[in-house]
Amino acid sequence: MPDFESAKAAYEKAIAKTPERKDALFKTLSGGEVKPLYTPADTQGDDYQKDLGFPGEFPYTRGVHTTMYRGRLWTMRQFAGFGTSTETNKRFHYLLEHGQTGLSVAFDFPTLMGYDSDHNRSRGEVGRCGVAIDSVDDMSDLFDGIPMDQVSTSMTINGPAAMLFAFYIAAAERQGVSSEKLRGTIQNDILKEYHAQNSWLIGPEPSIRIITDIFKYAAKSVPQWNTISISGYHIREAGSTAGQELAFTLADGLCYLDEGVKAGLEIDDFAPRLSFFFDVHIDFFEEIAKFRAARRIWAREVKKRGAKDPKSMLLRTHAQTAGVSLTAQQPENNIVRTAFEALAAVLGGTQSLHTNSYDEALALPSEKAVQIALRTQQIVAHETGVPNVIDPLGGSYFVEALTDRIEAEAYEYFKRIEELGGMFAAIDSGFFRREIAKSSFMQQREIETGRRKIVGVNCFDGEHEDPHAQPLLYIDPKLEEEQKRRVQRTRATRDALKVEAALRKLEEACRGKDQNVMAALVDCARVRVTQGEMCDVCRKVWGEYRKLAAV
Amino acid sequence: MAETSQAHPNRRHRILVAKPGLDGHDRGAKVVVRALTEAGYEVIYTGLHQEPESVAEAALQEDVEAVGLSILSGAHMTLFPAVMELLKQNGMADVLVFGGGIVPQQDIDALKKLGVAEIFTPGTDTAAIVKYLDAYFTAKDAQRKA
Repeated sequence: MPDFESAKAAYEKAIAKTPERKDALFKTLSGGEVKPLYTPADTQGDDYQKDLGFPGEFPYTRGVHTTMYRGRLWTMRQFAGFGTSTETNKRFHYLLEHGQTGLSVAFDFPTLMGYDSDHNRSRGEVGRCGVAIDSVDDMSDLFDGIPMDQVSTSMTINGPAAMLFAFYIAAAERQGVSSEKLRGTIQNDILKEYHAQNSWLIGPEPSIRIITDIFKYAAKSVPQWNTISISGYHIREAGSTAGQELAFTLADGLCYLDEGVKAGLEIDDFAPRLSFFFDVHIDFFEEIAKFRAARRIWAREVKKRGAKDPKSMLLRTHAQTAGVSLTAQQPENNIVRTAFEALAAVLGGTQSLHTNSYDEALALPSEKAVQIALRTQQIVAHETGVPNVIDPLGGSYFVEALTDRIEAEAYEYFKRIEELGGMFAAIDSGFFRREIAKSSFMQQREIETGRRKIVGVNCFDGEHEDPHAQPLLYIDPKLEEEQKRRVQRTRATRDALKVEAALRKLEEACRGKDQNVMAALVDCARVRVTQGEMCDVCRKVWGEYRKLAAV
Repeated sequence: MAETSQAHPNRRHRILVAKPGLDGHDRGAKVVVRALTEAGYEVIYTGLHQEPESVAEAALQEDVEAVGLSILSGAHMTLFPAVMELLKQNGMADVLVFGGGIVPQQDIDALKKLGVAEIFTPGTDTAAIVKYLDAYFTAKDAQRKA
């Protein structure tokens, strides 16, 4: 056994002569100290079989599949959406023609908040941050010329996730595709909305009721669909550390699991359809460790809850490079940042990936920027050689030590959440929002004092060039008027009696306990009820939720 | 980051920080609220998902001298003018309106023509915002005395 103590002494002696760089920050992005060197002494507590195992084997630290990227590359899934469904449909065709392998829909704020495009609160917002979808008619236009039994589609929708899922099912029926054949994901993760992302309609408990109804409905009728994508991305983007992102996301996941079981589901009947979504930030090794720790914790916790099916224990995840790491200054540098982040996601073993476009700190991405982002993934996949070996950093003293550390941090948070009385009580007390705001301010301070260096922002900022000289995507304000006309046309050309009956049934389902809300929503979608009308029923039954708005 | 130790003589002023519209990106607004508070200003934060009417109403009720709007949804060309108009109707046309968000240059130019004083885009140091407001209030107070 080598003598690690004397190696450490030797380092200290050497550093006394030539000191460490004064301006360097020997801490991870999340604030964790890093030592100059990691050795077997840092990983001696690890038991290979118990803590790492082989890929595709419990506890899945090294990957969820036995063959990983040698069998199949990750899905390259670029998030897109703006304007009307017709505009976004064109971008989808463009992405598919350039080799993208899955679709991912970004919705505008009125859609995310459950308002129709002609609602007073929607003014100025229609089609701005994503595509406007008011009814099944828009969903049909969005997938015009795209066979819905052949693509997998991810939809970033939470408050009204059930409504948009219903539109998707109804639009597929119009294409002659039955729901059993549909593949994709709805984000449907309401808990992180209360922690960080802030798009909710109603309070946590009734939201969970709808979510468990979706689990039940999809288990029977849409069996290939991922009914939830439990998301750390927004928690991280709101300013959390990597450890908080991991801890809060897994705590959310375990809450959904427990609530599903309470609602009468067998754990193995729905746990395999839960999926995850993590941020992949700029601190390379910390991010890789986060993905590995996430898989290990999830596998162990799900098993502890009595799951028998190994599929229930797999943490399958999507990843997106960090929007907050993009800078408005010298925007081309963002291409480089995104490439490193993409590499970390792949080394972390992600199942699908979105790479950000370099101009996103300035506007929605232009077509050229989107193409470079996609090409970045293709270069990682086909040129670097990285996907040829499974978990190539497994066994690295540093990566294993970081994996252990971030895992321990997550368990600390699980304990604190429990001490606060569990998930709902912790949300209610504003715990998550305060923790995230604290970290966000700490990071802001590090950057503004120059302790944390951001190239082109607080160092190497060179000449002041005008970032707005970039050709940016411009959203025509006329689109809002066009979309308003579309939803009004839908309302004018449908069977009013059927609409009324479907809405009445929806309200009954919401008020009662025995009927499935998701099933009622699919019936509403079929007769062209708008999403604002569906969401109004929920707001009427359960009330709008305002509690956390100013925390 | 703004220095917190020395109290600036101008920092008794009241500022409303508001998030009009439907977007939930409140990281920037919260950081600005904290930086302005630490700089000694009296800051009122409206919270998320405000309508222009409620922002103008809060400005009136709280009797503020400046209103900062944070918008990251692209709805700035609708929401800024709406708030400006309502402030005017409330007899608060002299209130300083500034903002932050992802706003393209051509829109910044158009908003300034409407009377918006300044728009701070991503990457702005919070100290720059504090400095801007300090300068504004110093000039305003000097004018008042004169």
